[in-house]
Amino acid sequence: MSVLVFTENWDGKFKKSSFELVSYASKIAEMLNTSTVALSIGNVTEDELKNLGKHGADKILSVTDERFNYLENQAYTSVIAQAAAKESASVLVFANNNMGKALAPRVAVKMNAGLGAGVDQLPKSTEPFTIHKKVYSGNAFGNVIIKTDVKVLTLMQNSFMIVENQKDGAVETFAPEVNEAHFKTKVKDVAKQTGQIILTDAEIVVSGGRGMKGAENWGAIEELAEVLGAATACSRPVSDEGWRPHNEHTGQTGKIIAPNLYIAAGISGAIQHIAGVSGTKCLVAINTDKDAPIFEVADYGIVGDALKVLPELVAGIKELKS
Amino acid sequence: MKILICLSNVPDTTTKIKFTDDNTKFDETGVQWVINPWDELALTRALELKEDAGANVEKVTVINVGLANTEPTIRKALAIGADDAIRVNAEPKDAFFVASQIANAIKDQGFDIIINGIESSDFNGSAVGGMLAEMLDLPSVSAVSAMKVENGAIVIDREIDGGKEVLSIETPFLAVVQKGIALEPRIAAMRGIMMARKKPLTIIEAVDVQAMTDFVAYEMPQPKPPCKMVDADNVKDLVNLLHNEAKVI
Ligand SMILES: Cc1cc2nc3c(=O)[nH]c(=O)nc-3n(C[C@H](O)[C@H](O)[C@H](O)COP(=O)(O)OP(=O)(O)OC[C@H]3O[C@@H](n4cnc5c(N)ncnc54)[C@H](O)[C@@H]3O)c2cc1C
Ligand SMILES: Nc1ncnc2c1ncn2[C@@H]1O[C@H](COP(=O)(O)O)[C@@H](O)[C@H]1O
Repeated sequence: MSVLVFTENWDGKFKKSSFELVSYASKIAEMLNTSTVALSIGNVTEDELKNLGKHGADKILSVTDERFNYLENQAYTSVIAQAAAKESASVLVFANNNMGKALAPRVAVKMNAGLGAGVDQLPKSTEPFTIHKKVYSGNAFGNVIIKTDVKVLTLMQNSFMIVENQKDGAVETFAPEVNEAHFKTKVKDVAKQTGQIILTDAEIVVSGGRGMKGAENWGAIEELAEVLGAATACSRPVSDEGWRPHNEHTGQTGKIIAPNLYIAAGISGAIQHIAGVSGTKCLVAINTDKDAPIFEVADYGIVGDALKVLPELVAGIKELKS
Repeated sequence: MKILICLSNVPDTTTKIKFTDDNTKFDETGVQWVINPWDELALTRALELKEDAGANVEKVTVINVGLANTEPTIRKALAIGADDAIRVNAEPKDAFFVASQIANAIKDQGFDIIINGIESSDFNGSAVGGMLAEMLDLPSVSAVSAMKVENGAIVIDREIDGGKEVLSIETPFLAVVQKGIALEPRIAAMRGIMMARKKPLTIIEAVDVQAMTDFVAYEMPQPKPPCKMVDADNVKDLVNLLHNEAKVI
């Protein structure tokens, strides 16, 4: 038996979510009294692979075949299923992100496994195997029993603390069988954000709404993000107006994020916006209207003009950091 | 080309979520049911492609797994412009159950593109699309934010964390779509509503499939402590609270 965890790297470095996942998987392995195996697909150095061992991986399977440079759902599904069979995995763990959502349901069907999608904590029990997940876009939670022998889970990002848990982390090259018929897509172009913090991976997010009045005022948001090492986001009307790019909009119809700190400036707090940030640990709201609904979900609030408050916040944080 | 859209019937996004029967059942009283927002956008995009002569789409079909009470939602999709509809007569038990029903209902129908939404706004599974693709042994592309037909080839934008890829794929395949696939959902016009009554809605009996998961109980989120207000003249206090109390900076 084992717990198999699917990790992802970004240009050869593991994403934060991968360490989160390995930490999570190794806790489940402890509950089940078994070992943790991490699977890595892509070009990652031995040193970087070893980092997975620090967070609880007993063994690391590394697939470096060039054919896997781009995500091909069927081919990846086959690799993961082969790794799971080889390691007799009883639980498979993915991140609840673009890649995890693309692969976990396919893998579940291939392995006759029940799927627990978007879990936000450790299983409540392993007998029966009961998971906890958000439902109704974060307005409630559900407890779900997975009845099959093999279980597939996707973990909400930022919902489990990365822990140091040094294990052997033996690296093993894994060369799965590859079926050429599985390669049906051709990637023609890639636009990758470089240098910036990825919104879905960010621990701190500074976000602006219509209350920011116009694209010309975003300097204050960017400056605050800069001093905090944060990513920037916005509400939907802001991206609809073209003040900010579409990939920044959070909410029910945008990105769903769960940072440690979310600073909402000039955002009213509509239910559809909150649906995208309800997993935030600490929410700060800056709004001129003391009755704005955002204050009902915020942890800290300032009633005031964001255009004045943001520069003061920047100054305060600079002072703190020096 | 024939396109199939999988439709999930969900509570309107502004519904106040409540439960009954000791938190084991969703309280449906007063709930407005709608087409899952992603599926509505998928349908909109499919209809746009049908109107584009170069795309060569002859038919757009919608399918739902649900009991008779989902028919108003299905009729709405027909009113918006779908050509015909299938309803598999069963209470959706879990994603595996739903995908199995759809796979069985359409296996011999030769759809070229099958579209699912990224998630249903009730169970947030993000699961039915991927499962269905695996059951049908079809290639699938997830996180699709644009779909075009260029010189007979399908060109897709796929969102990746922190970027996007443009890729081409041949039919048949399954797409799981999200934000961007269409800008605004199309709404039904009077003429569409009249015509929808006459469009074919085929009812298929369910096959016997066991769900793999059981919902046992719901929980409401913990009530949050009230928001701590900081005076706009003392922004530094906020910095201190975030540093010393919340420990997030
Ligand atoms: C189906 C559906 C899906 C949707 N999905 C999303 C989604 O995913 N994400 C999303 O964000 N929205 C979504 N919306 C839109 C949502 O309902 C709201 O309209 C939107 O979130 C409002 O954005 P806002 O808070 O920036 O603007 P507004 O509601 O206009 O609020 C602006 C706020 O700024 C405050 N303000 C004004 N001036 C200042 C100042 N100088 N300093 C500080 N505060 C100031 C005002 O008091 C107000 O509270 C969706 C709507 C629908 C119907
Ligand atoms: N009962 C259903 N009938 C038809 N399609 C469904 C049903 N439930 C979900 N879907 C489809 O699967 C997508 C993802 O749903 P889910 O896996 O439940 O998050 C939806 O956007 C629909 O396209």
